[in-house]
Amino acid sequence: MNRQDMNAFGQDVYVTRADAAIQFLQQAINWGRKHSFFQYPFVTACCGMEFMATWAPKYDIARFGAEFPRFSPRQADLLFVVGTVNHKLAPYLRRVYDQMCEPKWVISFGACASTGGFYDNYATVQGIDTIIPVDVYIPGCPPRPEAVLDSLLLLQEKVMKERPELSERILGPQQIEEARQHRAMGGQS
Amino acid sequence: MSVKALEKVAKKFASEVIDKHSNAGDDTLIVKRAKIKEILKFCRDDKELKFEFCMDVCGMDYLGYPNQDRFEVVYHLYSVTHNHRLRIRARVPENDPVIDTSVDIWPGTNWFEREVWDMYGVKFKGHPDLRRILMYEEFQGHPLRKDYPVNKRQPLIGPQN
Ligand code: SF4
Repeated sequence: MNRQDMNAFGQDVYVTRADAAIQFLQQAINWGRKHSFFQYPFVTACCGMEFMATWAPKYDIARFGAEFPRFSPRQADLLFVVGTVNHKLAPYLRRVYDQMCEPKWVISFGACASTGGFYDNYATVQGIDTIIPVDVYIPGCPPRPEAVLDSLLLLQEKVMKERPELSERILGPQQIEEARQHRAMGGQS
Repeated sequence: MSVKALEKVAKKFASEVIDKHSNAGDDTLIVKRAKIKEILKFCRDDKELKFEFCMDVCGMDYLGYPNQDRFEVVYHLYSVTHNHRLRIRARVPENDPVIDTSVDIWPGTNWFEREVWDMYGVKFKGHPDLRRILMYEEFQGHPLRKDYPVNKRQPLIGPQN
């Protein structure tokens, strides 16, 4: 059965009822995830001050459900890389990232973490994206707390759009393949 | 204020002194490296000098300066008792970059000397634990030497260049 519709979250287009059900479940889980980030603060330099300011009552990141830092990467799903990362530290950053469980996201906080900043020298990693994948970059040296909150909202948007991986985890890949075929046939007929 | 101290050390080790000056109140003594240990010990122990505190040890690279040894090790001394300061610079040649350690005079210079070794490659004879302190063990060369290429990167992980 072909159907075009909007779901409860104002998003688009489903082909079958089964698909719609899966999508709805995914949306619900995404919605839960985006409001309960457990972050791991990897704070190495001066950007940390703005990071703390964002956490403090005035800007209050708790409004977005991300106020609870876990100091074990195994319990965290959002890695905040805050400040300069040098080559000596880089293997440990990679290790922290590898220890985090899926699903996981990375925010690169400030010019140094994103590009190396003005430390274009022998000691500094020229952007953490040379080591680990990054979801959101925050510009600034250091970024204002507003920019940090903005990045969090961007990440929430991104999480809300996540689909295929999640449904694989709910139903297993075979059912997803079936649904895809179903959809493809629906498209042809 | 510490011109007196400068003169006293210069007089006592007259044969060791290469140069001395008091530019802008910074009393500086430039010496040969051979007797550096005795000079520093004298600075610490003499009643009028009493430099109990070695504030910093750092390196200098005079690459390309004619008629001069390439490296220098610089000691910044401060006397808490007399409230005066003295800077002692010891010349170290490139082909044999070794100087006596000062760790047994001021234990606090341990990490300073490791830093000078790490950044400039000057060895300190008699240092108890001369390892790199800032860079990682795998790092090749000494990054603050003037002939270390400015674009050279040696990442442990990530893209090489
Ligand atoms: S981006 Fe600026 S404030 Fe942030 S760590 Fe680098 S130098 Fe410090």
